Amino acid sequence: MALFKLQINGKSYQTEAEADTPLLWVLRDNLGLFGTKYGCGIAQCGACTVHLNGEATRSCTLPVSAIGTSKVTTIEGLSKNGDHPVQKAWDEVDVAQCGYCQAGQIMTAAALLKRKPQPTDAEIEATMSGNICRCGTYHRIKEAVKVAAKTK
Amino acid sequence: MSSQLNHNRRNFLKIAAATGGGLLLGFNWTDSEAAVAGAPLKGVAAPAIDFNSYLSINPQGVITILSPNPEVGQGIKTAFPIIVAEELDADWKNVVVEQAPLDTQKFERQVAGGSGSIPHSWKRLRVAGATARHMLLEAAAKRWNVSASDCTTSKGFVLHAASKRKLSYGELATEASKMPVPADVKLKEIKDFKLIGQTIKNVDNPGILTGKPLFGLDFHREGMLIGMLQRPAFGYKLKSVDSAAAKAMPGIVNVVTINNSVAVVGKSTWQVKKAKDALKIEWEKDGNLESTSDHNRIFKEMLDSPNTTVRRKDGDVETAFKNAAKVVKAEYQCPFLPHSPLEPMNFFAHVKADSAELVGPSQTPEAARNQTAKLLGLPPEKVSVQLTRMGGGFGRRLNTDYAIEAVQVSKAVNAPVKVMWTREDDMTGGIYRPAVRYRFEAALDAQNNLIGYKLRGASINAGNATREDNFPSGAVENLLIDSIDHKSPITTGPWRAPITNFLAFAEQAFLDEVAQAAGKDPVQFRLELLDKAKQKPVGKITYDIDRMKGVIQLAVEKSGWGKKTGVSQGFSVYFSHRSYVAQIGEVVVEKGKPVLKKVYSAADCGIVINQSGAQQQVRGCVVDGIGHAMYGNITFKDGIPDQKNFNDYKLIRMNEVPEVDVHFVQNEIEPTGLGEPSLPPAGAAVANAIFKATGKRLYNQPFVEAEVFKGVS
Repeated sequence: MALFKLQINGKSYQTEAEADTPLLWVLRDNLGLFGTKYGCGIAQCGACTVHLNGEATRSCTLPVSAIGTSKVTTIEGLSKNGDHPVQKAWDEVDVAQCGYCQAGQIMTAAALLKRKPQPTDAEIEATMSGNICRCGTYHRIKEAVKVAAKTK
Repeated sequence: MSSQLNHNRRNFLKIAAATGGGLLLGFNWTDSEAAVAGAPLKGVAAPAIDFNSYLSINPQGVITILSPNPEVGQGIKTAFPIIVAEELDADWKNVVVEQAPLDTQKFERQVAGGSGSIPHSWKRLRVAGATARHMLLEAAAKRWNVSASDCTTSKGFVLHAASKRKLSYGELATEASKMPVPADVKLKEIKDFKLIGQTIKNVDNPGILTGKPLFGLDFHREGMLIGMLQRPAFGYKLKSVDSAAAKAMPGIVNVVTINNSVAVVGKSTWQVKKAKDALKIEWEKDGNLESTSDHNRIFKEMLDSPNTTVRRKDGDVETAFKNAAKVVKAEYQCPFLPHSPLEPMNFFAHVKADSAELVGPSQTPEAARNQTAKLLGLPPEKVSVQLTRMGGGFGRRLNTDYAIEAVQVSKAVNAPVKVMWTREDDMTGGIYRPAVRYRFEAALDAQNNLIGYKLRGASINAGNATREDNFPSGAVENLLIDSIDHKSPITTGPWRAPITNFLAFAEQAFLDEVAQAAGKDPVQFRLELLDKAKQKPVGKITYDIDRMKGVIQLAVEKSGWGKKTGVSQGFSVYFSHRSYVAQIGEVVVEKGKPVLKKVYSAADCGIVINQSGAQQQVRGCVVDGIGHAMYGNITFKDGIPDQKNFNDYKLIRMNEVPEVDVHFVQNEIEPTGLGEPSLPPAGAAVANAIFKATGKRLYNQPFVEAEVFKGVS
């Protein structure tokens, strides 16, 4: 076990974990941040997506020891009041069915729009195809990304 | 009604309970804490109140509606309260929705399955709202000393137009509780619905979109342990386990044997996962060790076996085939599939000396409670089950295995434990969709009339893989449907639209082939059969011919069937779970490969409760049906699944979904269910469109393995 100092959602955290513990489990087990989801553990489904220095990153395969001073943002820290343009668009379009994958979808979309404020359909598909939605909400995800791009 | 004046609350509830059909609603008038819509939700029913409760109204006018059925992504937590609020004439803005706990004394059928929640509860929910509305109206009339028939309700108010007075439901709540309970309350005319049929957002959006811990896997209790199990593959049992290394690892509290599985219990998920990987387990053979190659052989043996069970027999099939001018014959095969809900199986259990507490995602919480009670030798009322939102279910969570496992682990280590499955555990852990192979034969006479029809369903752990009374049964004079099943150690269970999720593909693809052989348009061919079934029905008919024709006509109209150039269209229609869905797929060939561009879907599920949720269910079903028909496949080598995670088992992704155009037949039929019926027809809509585009029939799922997808240069 080692002590890690982490910058998450603008706050400093100190927590003890084994060095190879994926960030996902540090967030969920150590810090009580349950918004970031486990889906596959091998960076295939995107449910665990967080931002590392603003870039969409799979937290299920990112060892806590590799984070260093990087700034982590989770769904809980994407906005203060749940009013990030992507969150608002997700509500407006009513994207969620079961909702389990949506935190990861939102984090991926938010990073995309930061990088590319007006993405084309092909760019949306290329990026968002990394995230699985088992309920099949893909049409509304795509629509919501476009709504968010307009309102940003 | 007149004899039931001035009851207190308790009597009201007793009376309501005695009127038959179960208790419909109760008011928790004692709740004076100001629950404000949009504020964090909190408990409403005081624990001491021992009566049913669908809704309460506080003096501020906030209406809390309890939604009792498990929410698995089908939108029931939003749809149920819409129905109550409609008949109550509530202002949706002032409605707060809460998940009710498991309590089958208060709520009936707390199950998510069979597309049955709305059809089953529709009437009860309406009566619940209407009864409350009636009493509020009577209370206002009494206060104003006017006739109730001169009063109306709208958006949370009772109005008296003549005197231009109005009172809010909140102001009236206490008085209303003392009003007589209507024995037979009048429900709204369907044309007067204001909320039902509108577009209403998922009530859990705020929590979902900000990462609130809504799901079973998010449940946390101070001091609880994490458990994971290593389970045997199919046909194996536990021989020995060496857990020394695992036990010595940091954070590990215990390693225990549960039946033929080994459970590792510890303080954190990652520690437990690593320790589980460090277990040294020897398994031994305990049954047939089956491989997919064995199944392919077994299917062929079963299809040629004389030992089938006849499910339906009309007329004289042998003679019909003897006299046939043309015989069409085809076989279709579908593999085992895992359910793959994105939230893997998990459950929290805390077994104490004389009670047990369970929390987790279950489509059948009552079964989990009763089985836990039986296992522990407790009365069921000593077992509580808290329902969480579920990260999908697709039928997997109709089983209680994973909840019972958590109970066993908690008991064994004498501590509160959340047992979770890794994705690998989930994918290799069984209870799959059964694998099946069908043989169809059709006899056409010289005028291309369908005079004979044979279907044999050969399955592995599916029981009867046919639905013998479904279309085209009833439309064919000479018909034989039989089935045969192989018992395998590979466990199976219901998977969204059980049986029909593969049967519909096979049947509707075959009928396309028969239409082709008859030289008829695939839609016209089916319509002629339906007309025949209507005019001269053969045997029992369990589907509504007019509703089926209705969805066919709507799909044809919306898709421009047969009139389009530049795309190849494929047609499919199916009746399942009480509802009717016709779909038309559109395919183009790009770079030598068929690409699915669009699916038109026309559904008759009766009255649509929530446009937003209903559209989601149809789109989700189409994506689910297409995705699994295209890519889904679990294969086995000596009882061990070959696919273990999403790197070698493919789920459909955004870049692979076609546009889906959703339409509903507008009618006033009571809701007939929508969680599943749009899935079954999707596979054949795709396969038939691909045939139209390429001339190649698809007989086996997953489609992606067919030659046609390898591309032609």
